[in-house]
Amino acid sequence: MKGVIRIPPAKYTLTHNLYPFLIRSLELKFTLMINEGPYQHQASDTALQFARAVLEKGHEIYRVFFYHDGVNNGTRLSVPPQDDRQLQKEWSELSKAHDLDLVICIAAAQRRGLMNAEEAKRQGLDADNIIEGFHISGLGQLIEGSIQSDRTIVFGD
Amino acid sequence: MAMLHIVNKSPFERNAFESCLNHASAGDSILMIEDAAVGAITKTAFAAKVEAALQDKSVYVLSGDLAARGLSEDRIISGVETVDYAGFVDLTVSNETTQSWL
Repeated sequence: MKGVIRIPPAKYTLTHNLYPFLIRSLELKFTLMINEGPYQHQASDTALQFARAVLEKGHEIYRVFFYHDGVNNGTRLSVPPQDDRQLQKEWSELSKAHDLDLVICIAAAQRRGLMNAEEAKRQGLDADNIIEGFHISGLGQLIEGSIQSDRTIVFGD
Repeated sequence: MAMLHIVNKSPFERNAFESCLNHASAGDSILMIEDAAVGAITKTAFAAKVEAALQDKSVYVLSGDLAARGLSEDRIISGVETVDYAGFVDLTVSNETTQSWL
């Protein structure tokens, strides 16, 4: 909870009319949820650009949670044409640059063949494919992210 | 407690946009992104519904998604405002809650 500025709901404040202006000057925490795979439609592209804009404005991204086909944003074995968007790499690089917490849902990942080394070993598989910056965890991370964040924004199909 | 409604599907493909307009409250904001950007265009079969929403709600369209579909800003419904990604972030900040109409 350190550093969190708790904002009471507008209806409880005396400065209701000033609320949008007051809140605009504060740094907020965001959790993003991505439910669509890369190259399917546009959700991952939108979320990536939104995430960059959030960081440029000085807000914090507490967590990015990848669910359903969204887990496919975390493979390092994707090789799109060189002049195409390199979504997995771009998420990975954004994570490295801003120390982002990129979480892949374990149940969604197992169904779709997304494995880190530890999970591959546990399942007796011969390969892993998670790109740097992502890690595998449970749905509880989405809930905890939403509780800890001021805003939760969902991107998907 | 104002809500930001994010719509990302064309109103000519799915009914998510129409559901959004039916549920949004006065004072809410509606942001058209991705394929929903076509909903910002004037003189379409859907334009009257967006114009009706403008009576008591704010309506925005993500400028990059409009441009990506070859639609120029001079074709958008009067009263619909264009925003970039920074404006998108500002909308999520100034509205306490957000609903994505997926």
